[in-house]
Amino acid sequence: MTLTATLAAAHFTQLRPRLVAFARLQLRDATAAEDAVQETLLTAFEKSATFEGRSEFETWVFGILKYKILDQLRQQRRQGTWQPLDQNLDDDTLDRLFQSDGHWQNAARPSHWGEPEQVLENQRFWQVFDACMIALPDSIARVFTLRELMGLSTADICKETGITETNCWVILHRARLRLRECLDHGWLN
Amino acid sequence: MLMCREATGLMSLKLEKALSLREKIALKVHLSICPACRHCVRQFDLLHKIGNRHPASLRMPEREQDD
Ligand SMILES: [Zn+2]
Repeated sequence: MTLTATLAAAHFTQLRPRLVAFARLQLRDATAAEDAVQETLLTAFEKSATFEGRSEFETWVFGILKYKILDQLRQQRRQGTWQPLDQNLDDDTLDRLFQSDGHWQNAARPSHWGEPEQVLENQRFWQVFDACMIALPDSIARVFTLRELMGLSTADICKETGITETNCWVILHRARLRLRECLDHGWLN
Repeated sequence: MLMCREATGLMSLKLEKALSLREKIALKVHLSICPACRHCVRQFDLLHKIGNRHPASLRMPEREQDD
């Protein structure tokens, strides 16, 4: 094994749990997630020798996973095994966070988080963020992930999931409110 | 007049598409009088930016758009 290949193998070992966690979040199926990551690693391993920088390499591997996940989603839809998004979210987010006159509930009123750059450098923020993502209902988490972590436009999300764009906006609004609330409680206190 | 509940809807929507002039003004006026919503809009913006900062992000840098 060349030095480059050895380094690549070490990177894969470190990357794997993160890839699996991400794929599971999106595919909501352990086997499908393992498959997507396995295919990603095979593809990546064949070409890894051409990379030098580590972050460049990671971005590239995650880029491959993105396409494998979208492939899996399409396959699930073709085979009819895809879990459709629940469009009629029986969800009380708005009623829970706001009073009937439209003001914030006292307990849900947002507090100050500090400077964005400092927030993002805080390890604890990311731990709470991940915990909050897991706590989100499936449909909300899937749409938020497609939009914010995979960078799809809402128009593309409609195509991939079969929901309307308006519905997509409604779901993203709830996702942001719930994540914000969860971070406020879990991170600051 | 726009209340916090609807204001947060516009804060979220502005990350997806351009707001109408009427919506922009309504949001701006609300933010000028509501400290809680000023925190909220910054947090929504932060949650939108973290896309390519998250360790598991699959977002490519060139897909970043300015709003
Ligand atoms: Zn307000």
